[in-house]
Amino acid sequence: MKSETEKGFDGLADGEYKYGFVTDIESDSLSPGLNEGVVREISRRKQEPEWLTEWRVKAYRHWTTLEQPTWAKVEFPPIDYQAVSYYSAPKQKIDAPKSLDEVDPELLETYEKLGIPLREQEALAGVVAVDAVFDSVSVATTFKGKLEEMGIVFCSFSEAVKEHPELVKKYLGSVVPYKDNYFATLNSAVFSDGSFCYIPKGVRCPMELSTYFRINAANTGQFERTLLIADEGATVSYLEGCTAPQRDENQLHAAVVELIAHKDAQIKYSTVQNWYPGDKDGKGGIYNFVTKRGHCRGDHSKISWTQVETGSAITWKYPSCILKGDHSVGEFYSVAVTNNLQQADTGTKMIHIGKNTSSTIISKGISAGRAQNSYRGMVKVVEGAENARNFSQCDSMLIGDRCGAHTFPYIDINNPTAQVEHEATTTKIGEEQIFYCNQRGLDTEEAVNLIVNGFCKEVFKELPMEFAVEAQKLLGISLEGSVG
Amino acid sequence: MEKTMALLEIKNLHASVAGNQILKGINLTINPGEVHAIMGPNGSGKSTLSNVLAGNEAYEKTQGEILFQGKNLDDLAAHERACAGIFLAFQYPVEIPGISNMYFLKAAVNAVRESRGEEPLDAMDFLDLVEEKKKMVQIRDDLLERAVNSGFSGGEKKRNEIFQMAMLEPRLGILDETDSGLDIDALRIVSDGVNALRGSDRGFLVITHYQRLLDYIVPDFVHVLVNGQIVKSGGKELALELENEGYASWNGEQQ
Ligand SMILES: Nc1ncnc2c1ncn2[C@@H]1O[C@H](COP(=O)(O)OP(=O)(O)O)[C@@H](O)[C@H]1O
Ligand SMILES: [Mg+2]
Repeated sequence: MKSETEKGFDGLADGEYKYGFVTDIESDSLSPGLNEGVVREISRRKQEPEWLTEWRVKAYRHWTTLEQPTWAKVEFPPIDYQAVSYYSAPKQKIDAPKSLDEVDPELLETYEKLGIPLREQEALAGVVAVDAVFDSVSVATTFKGKLEEMGIVFCSFSEAVKEHPELVKKYLGSVVPYKDNYFATLNSAVFSDGSFCYIPKGVRCPMELSTYFRINAANTGQFERTLLIADEGATVSYLEGCTAPQRDENQLHAAVVELIAHKDAQIKYSTVQNWYPGDKDGKGGIYNFVTKRGHCRGDHSKISWTQVETGSAITWKYPSCILKGDHSVGEFYSVAVTNNLQQADTGTKMIHIGKNTSSTIISKGISAGRAQNSYRGMVKVVEGAENARNFSQCDSMLIGDRCGAHTFPYIDINNPTAQVEHEATTTKIGEEQIFYCNQRGLDTEEAVNLIVNGFCKEVFKELPMEFAVEAQKLLGISLEGSVG
Repeated sequence: MEKTMALLEIKNLHASVAGNQILKGINLTINPGEVHAIMGPNGSGKSTLSNVLAGNEAYEKTQGEILFQGKNLDDLAAHERACAGIFLAFQYPVEIPGISNMYFLKAAVNAVRESRGEEPLDAMDFLDLVEEKKKMVQIRDDLLERAVNSGFSGGEKKRNEIFQMAMLEPRLGILDETDSGLDIDALRIVSDGVNALRGSDRGFLVITHYQRLLDYIVPDFVHVLVNGQIVKSGGKELALELENEGYASWNGEQQ
């Protein structure tokens, strides 16, 4: 048995080691804690202009007056916001594995199943630097050149603040104001980095943005900020996230995504979210509190959200559309999978403001294990929104009998010409269905995949082709072992 | 001359479900080309037998041996038994929402083909096969597009089972009360479908409560299952005998 002194000494030794580690990269990290000084320091280190510093500070001051919302159907212990470090530049991993041989075989098996190329596997596992991958493929630079020729700006948020401050200043917070909600306000104060994209008038972006950047995306911080603008007549398809499992020691993630579609512009925003969900007993896992909103600012504009959510211990996420322009269109296609002890409260808001606006909501929730999966959706039609149309379909699938699915539709109609349709179904997959499939020659894993993919196909068909294939595989992996 | 191998050999089979002993020593041999009928009162263990043969894990084999084409079935999981050629037309086919009958069947056909080392069928070849087989049981096109068994009538479900059997071309077809819930026209169509599949390398185990089905699917052998045991076996005339006398005397004999 160790004496109390010895235990204390152990702790001290630990502390010393940590301290030594921190001093090495002192200039890159702030110690945990949040106050106005920290917010200013983040802005200073990022060499931001004064208006942005002040914007962050306003957000911080507002945040101190707010309380964490409790209305979502999720449960978690209180978050200690003072224990979080709000600034750390990309980590130089001292103990990074030297080859794939040193990487957790379980992780590699998952990469394998997803069909991720070896070179990308190495980067995801931290064996080689991300740059090395891009050098070897040498696509990143080629694409950047091509995009620049067309006038498309696609860069990190920090870079945009430096290179295109007028665009950032004009649009930042114009869809999600810093006062929007607890997590968005926190993000506004401390956001680390993220992506910025501007598509000029009349330009069709010739490629799926970020297809080649998925590894970069995997390394963005916990308070990510994305701003995407499609100017008049522009078209863009943007992919966020990564089907590969993402492990992160930061438990709290609070991102903000703002989309702006001007007249005749179209934005398609697709996400695959596969953050670490925690283990079978619910230990660990990411808390994902995201604010995503699109603004159809001009007439005949269109914004589509497609999301496949399989990861995170807690997902709190409602990608929404404000349909301001006449004849504007909002779409939301979602698959949310929860297994074991995962909790998801996700859905959308469609706010009809312009005339002849329409929106479509297709939500597929799948629960297995002891998971809880909630759809929360709002359709609002304001007084002047003549001839608004909405179609909502919310389907839930339960695998086994210990999980739950919940649907919370809110409908707020203030114009008699509105047409709103809502359909909801719940189906249950049990051992009898699986045995039926087995009896026709399908093994249990194939059976679950088949049933689940059949259930989700309306959403998958909205995803870009190669993403759809990966998403299907991902679903199978997420639900592995959930039956039989 | 070498004796041809039995298709199915059941020796002293005991099985239980939810802790209750249901099958109490079944012996039965089916050779290729033969049609065996099993008749018996409700609750005698007919569906239990078919589930045990198909490898449903909710049913536990407690004693005895089942050989399929000489191979011990203990070593095969349910889907492997299906791939090996055992097909069960369920008494109560379950609904699988969200997945179309066609999509499901294509996955099933290709899983079975893959297990035999054959190439998967492409969309065109698969459709050709569907066209050929659907005539046999006169299944409507809209049922093929609908989710598996979802919202099907009782009769439509049974027809769908036989359609699937025709598509999968098993070695052993087990029909668990396929006749119940069918009107006389549907009964004739389903029976014609089964008769068309009869052949020298295929065997059938036809489970029924009523003699009527056996007028259409004429068996080579009839067995009477009462209280988990085969109490009498004979030729097709045994079915008629039962029809006249009922199961009561057998029940009596058991007690
Ligand atoms: N899943 C089950 N759980 C509990 N008891 C069952 C189950 N399946 C069958 N049994 C019981 O086993 C006995 C035989 O049932 P079954 O094989 O379905 O008879 P049959 O098909 O001849 O009507 C019945 O007493 C029935 O209640
Ligand atoms: Mg029965």
